[in-house]
Amino acid sequence: MNGAEITQLFDYLFMVMLLFIGLAIIRLQNLFAVVMLTGVYSLIAAAWFVSLSAADVAITEAAVGAGISTVLLLAAMLLTSGKAKPTTAFRHWAALVVMTAAGAAVFYALGDLPVYGAADSPANTGVGMAYIDRTPAEINIPNVVTAVLASYRGFDTMGEVFVVFAAGVGVALLLNLSGRGKRGED
Amino acid sequence: MGFMVFVDIAVALMIVIAMALMLTRLFIGPTLYDRVLAVNAFGTKIVLFLAVFSLAVGQADSIDIALLYALINFVATIAILKFFSYGSLEVALHDSAPVPAPKAKDGEGE
Repeated sequence: MNGAEITQLFDYLFMVMLLFIGLAIIRLQNLFAVVMLTGVYSLIAAAWFVSLSAADVAITEAAVGAGISTVLLLAAMLLTSGKAKPTTAFRHWAALVVMTAAGAAVFYALGDLPVYGAADSPANTGVGMAYIDRTPAEINIPNVVTAVLASYRGFDTMGEVFVVFAAGVGVALLLNLSGRGKRGED
Repeated sequence: MGFMVFVDIAVALMIVIAMALMLTRLFIGPTLYDRVLAVNAFGTKIVLFLAVFSLAVGQADSIDIALLYALINFVATIAILKFFSYGSLEVALHDSAPVPAPKAKDGEGE
């Protein structure tokens, strides 16, 4: 049993857990429980990313998915009620039909994808291989993805930070999160 | 591949089983506090899993992520408990006695 088989075993276990959490999120009416389940979903997804050797994605998922968005959803719970309205059976069946079609399309496309961890997949040849070759000499850090995000595409990442910051400021202004103003009146 | 790696994998599998038990408590938990405890324990299991996993596959950078998870888990648990205790996230945690803060606009059960 080599390293790839070990990680694949945990990949499958995590995928099963994610499936059950997704089903529970659909079925539960208690919105507080759903908020916590989304946090746990992010935690498992982040552990899965670690198992896939995507450490930087795992850090982002943990910080944003499990940390910030749980708190944001809890803050949103202050503005709404604690129970979801029951969905009609027709909408369940319509969603099932749509999702079955989409899932069938994804499974149909799955045959063209390269094998898990294949060395000759398009991601590992061409531009990806050029980054892997050059990063030790040009950037001199062990994580190639971090080198791409923070150095080769540094301006792109900086633009993303600006966009996220502007969105955060906009939401904070809209929701009056500073606490000043007309909070006492409503 | 040495004997200790198999021990690591066995421990990681047991932690995954513990995660599944936490998930069942999270699904069926009758009260909210069962679920809060289950989420907190689940975060701890994830931290333990990452530490054992990094040993098993020899990725030292998973340890950093485990530390980050421990911090985030703490912050999220504090936020959830503040929410249930005060009905708001804007109350400072300065004294032990809960201040009777204004409740949320809509109560939990309706």
